[in-house]
Amino acid sequence: MGLSTFKGGIHPYEGKELSEDKAIMKLEPKEVLVFPMGQHLGAPANPTVAVGDKVLVGQRIGEASGFISANICSSVSGTVKAIEPHLTTGGAMSLSVIIENDFNYTPVEGFGVKRDYKALSAEEIRNIVKDAGVIGMGGAGFPTHVKITPKDDNAIDYVIINGAECEPYLTSDYRLMLEETEAMIGGLKVVLSLFPKAKGIIGIEENKPEAIKKVKELVAGESDISVCELKTKYPQGGERMLIYATTGRKINSTMLPADAGCVVNNVDTMISIYMAVCESTPSIRRTLTVTGDAMNNTANVQVRTGMSYKEILDEVGGFKTTPEKIISGGPMMGAAMFDIDVPVTKASSALLALTKDEVAKYEPTACIRCGRCVAACPSNLIPQKMAEAAERFDDETFEKLEGMECFECGSCTYVCPAKKRLTQAFKQSRASVAAARRAKAAAAAKK
Amino acid sequence: MNVSAAPHVRSKDTTSSIMRDVAIALAPTLIFGIWNFNRYGYGLNAFLLIVICVVFCVGTEFIYEKLMKKPNTIGDLSAVVTGLILALNLPATLPLWIAALGSIFAILVVKMVYGGLGQNFMNPALGARCFLVISFAARMTAFPAEFPGVSVGVDTVATATPLTALKAGATVDVFKMFIGTTSGTIGETSVVAVLIGAIYLVARKVISLRIPVTFIVTTLVFVELFGGHMGDMNYLLAHLCGGGLVVGAFFMATDYVTSPITPMGQIVFGIIIGILTGIFRLFGGSAEGVSYAIIITNLLVPLIERFTMPKAFGKEAVKK
Repeated sequence: MGLSTFKGGIHPYEGKELSEDKAIMKLEPKEVLVFPMGQHLGAPANPTVAVGDKVLVGQRIGEASGFISANICSSVSGTVKAIEPHLTTGGAMSLSVIIENDFNYTPVEGFGVKRDYKALSAEEIRNIVKDAGVIGMGGAGFPTHVKITPKDDNAIDYVIINGAECEPYLTSDYRLMLEETEAMIGGLKVVLSLFPKAKGIIGIEENKPEAIKKVKELVAGESDISVCELKTKYPQGGERMLIYATTGRKINSTMLPADAGCVVNNVDTMISIYMAVCESTPSIRRTLTVTGDAMNNTANVQVRTGMSYKEILDEVGGFKTTPEKIISGGPMMGAAMFDIDVPVTKASSALLALTKDEVAKYEPTACIRCGRCVAACPSNLIPQKMAEAAERFDDETFEKLEGMECFECGSCTYVCPAKKRLTQAFKQSRASVAAARRAKAAAAAKK
Repeated sequence: MNVSAAPHVRSKDTTSSIMRDVAIALAPTLIFGIWNFNRYGYGLNAFLLIVICVVFCVGTEFIYEKLMKKPNTIGDLSAVVTGLILALNLPATLPLWIAALGSIFAILVVKMVYGGLGQNFMNPALGARCFLVISFAARMTAFPAEFPGVSVGVDTVATATPLTALKAGATVDVFKMFIGTTSGTIGETSVVAVLIGAIYLVARKVISLRIPVTFIVTTLVFVELFGGHMGDMNYLLAHLCGGGLVVGAFFMATDYVTSPITPMGQIVFGIIIGILTGIFRLFGGSAEGVSYAIIITNLLVPLIERFTMPKAFGKEAVKK
């Protein structure tokens, strides 16, 4: 049997050799930690503390403000210094709770207490995950309690761990699969306990043989958990691609994985679920890859959320030369930063510094209709036609061309020989169409 | 420090690297053409035609952009490729000034006035070839003597290509046609030289086999069914090796700008060109029809694309 995969995709330079052999290093923050209230998909959280309040490790400082929203907990003990907008990785300002660290790391009551998930009801588990503020740590930051709460628990056939880590350069999920394998499998078992008919699948790209071996050893005795080896190809870890590769099922942009009987969680998310449920520890840490050819040293680090990227960079060893581009996340979907004094959030995955910016190297030229974008698109779209529509702000045509099925993976832009900034144009059109749809829905609701 | 939207990495392929690959792939065909027609005393003229076509194609683009105050795009090498393809469509005996005129027509009329690279609806080299065939019919079919016994009756200089001879009822040497030591345009005679270039293009992933294979197979099926020589292998192979079918399929029908971008559309496109080529060859006035079949089908591309849009991933999925 061949390796599981999907149609389309690309093979960019992986760059994983820079950091894949570096064991996870724990770093501690300095005096000031920043907790943006909007670090997940959905409505930002509302601060539940006031300036001057004393807070403890694991204490809730932001409360979910809607169904699709998530709690935010403090990763240190100390005093709330300010509640004000602060720069975030995406370049936007977000209302943030700023805490002065007292370096005592005094936990809230009950923090770290061991629990047996088998003694908990499904509802209790879901509430724990919600209270702990667990969100999807693969990048999108979708609140996990929503993901694990489908309409019908019996309709879920598969719980899938996304261990593809298809973004170039990133190795933190790989290190976690090697170093915290038990916790990851533990998280999977917790989620499986919610769904009576579900089987567990751990999807890992074949470029991580050590991880595949380690995880296989650990699940050898489990009849309802299996490892699915995936072809190394970007965007293999895209949710729709992963579900298709591991189960043969397809979903589109209007569906959730649960609509195809699947629940998908990233490696770090699974570990966070385990820690929340079995170790009474909310989501307050993040594992990141610090890498790139502009770095003196590369590393995989584990930090408390709220710590500044700048502190991480200094601890790891700083820049070798002035980078041309600094990215939060991977090179395909990460956000370029103009200032690295921004906090690590639950959705952060990497600090990548590159000496060469391949975007600036090329000026876009005329499309020659070569069709490379068509071959690369995992969503089976015609990016060339979508770009024509996007460039003339023709949202109607863009929608007809199924532009809303694009998930902005960037594959088309990567392969384009004319170096057209396709994904950038699609982001704009997609946002515009989504806004129009919301406005239409709101107008309809008013009537 | 730079800030831009994701993705932050790019593949090494550029328009000019692709065009360079096409030019490299055309080299065996053109070199063979020079050698082949040198046997008839037209080697130097064939070489000069190639040079003239490239120089005038690039020069026309350069001057047009200068005059129109547009950015200079000759670096993308697409005009070089147009020049090379036009050259391989010309007889080795052609006066140089006609090649120069054809080059100017290809770039100015077929490409630049429609907006330059990517905007032309017709293959510039083939558009120019057809313009020249209409304007200078005798000169454009003045192939060096190969089948002196068969008269095509246009001009005393004109002699038949293998395919014209075949149409007139003569027997042709298919092996010679495969190797290319026959008469015709500079680049159409050698199937083996074309295939060397084609293998290079496929290996470099510059072209896919969808268009060339459907085009060639359709033509052969059509000829087999309607050619009146059912079961005659020599006749079928002569149609495969003659009349620029292979060079047209791999180097002209695959032109990105003037072929469909949808995978299914490329298959439809190949089939339509194949049928038209068959009709032109069997029922048309001339023995050949590849060029016209391609440029006519070029015009159908927007329509073909409209009806061959792929279904987006997961679009058929229904909620459980």
